[in-house]
Amino acid sequence: MSDNATLRRPAQADTAPRATEALQPPVDVVEDSAGITLYADLPGVPKDRLHLHVEADTLTIEGEIALPAPEGLEPIHSEVGLARYRRVFTLSKELDAERVAAEFAQGVLTLRIPKVEHAQPRRIAVQVG
Amino acid sequence: MFYRSLFPRDVFAELDRIQRGLQQGGGDLSPSIRGSARGGYPAMNVGSTARSVEIYAFAPGIDPTTLDVQLEKGVLTIAGERASVLPPKDAPATVHIDERFSGRFRRVVTLPDDVDPNAVEALYTDGVVHVSVQRKAASQPRRIHVQ
Repeated sequence: MSDNATLRRPAQADTAPRATEALQPPVDVVEDSAGITLYADLPGVPKDRLHLHVEADTLTIEGEIALPAPEGLEPIHSEVGLARYRRVFTLSKELDAERVAAEFAQGVLTLRIPKVEHAQPRRIAVQVG
Repeated sequence: MFYRSLFPRDVFAELDRIQRGLQQGGGDLSPSIRGSARGGYPAMNVGSTARSVEIYAFAPGIDPTTLDVQLEKGVLTIAGERASVLPPKDAPATVHIDERFSGRFRRVVTLPDDVDPNAVEALYTDGVVHVSVQRKAASQPRRIHVQ
């Protein structure tokens, strides 16, 4: 699993308007014998503004921040300076993109991507000749 | 979290984080007495209106019962703990990327002098702690009638 978001950004910075600039959410990626689990921090994103796409071998995580703000709010200090998250991952072919399970609670996205059956480990008997 | 830079896993990820840091810097260069907490956890946005001061702490995935929000002498403290999701060392699993914060955290912000410590509300939604502190009635703008 490689992260190609970093490779794409320079091209986007030149051509895309500022509205499509996005923060890169921090992630944890853990692999076990049955699949990969990805955790991503997307604070401030309500469930209906989270978008996940799996296309061919590309997984895209996108979300828009929507915070309750009273009228006339003027920013004094901002560390989260954009209202959008985006991160793109390239999946490898032993992962089953059809069976991705997603859960989103309190700003944390949990994605479980199982491995295809034949890629799961099998004990191989060693024959003694 | 610059300590992570001591053990770079991936040059691109590292450069990207630096770039992100610069982007999010927003040109705010006046350091505070509590140091530059930028890049700390949780990230914070602060805004104000004529009637209130609004603080947003981006702290996803926290059990709200462990959150500790205190306002004392005009200083707001948000503290808590975030559990790690990573498997134990002896588990048969591999950690490929480890960027998310885990462990105890505490962040402190100084609020303007005119806030009313008795009119504070805190709400945790979508992983954001939103603290709203009203300004004292006396300092709110009033229209003065001209006779």
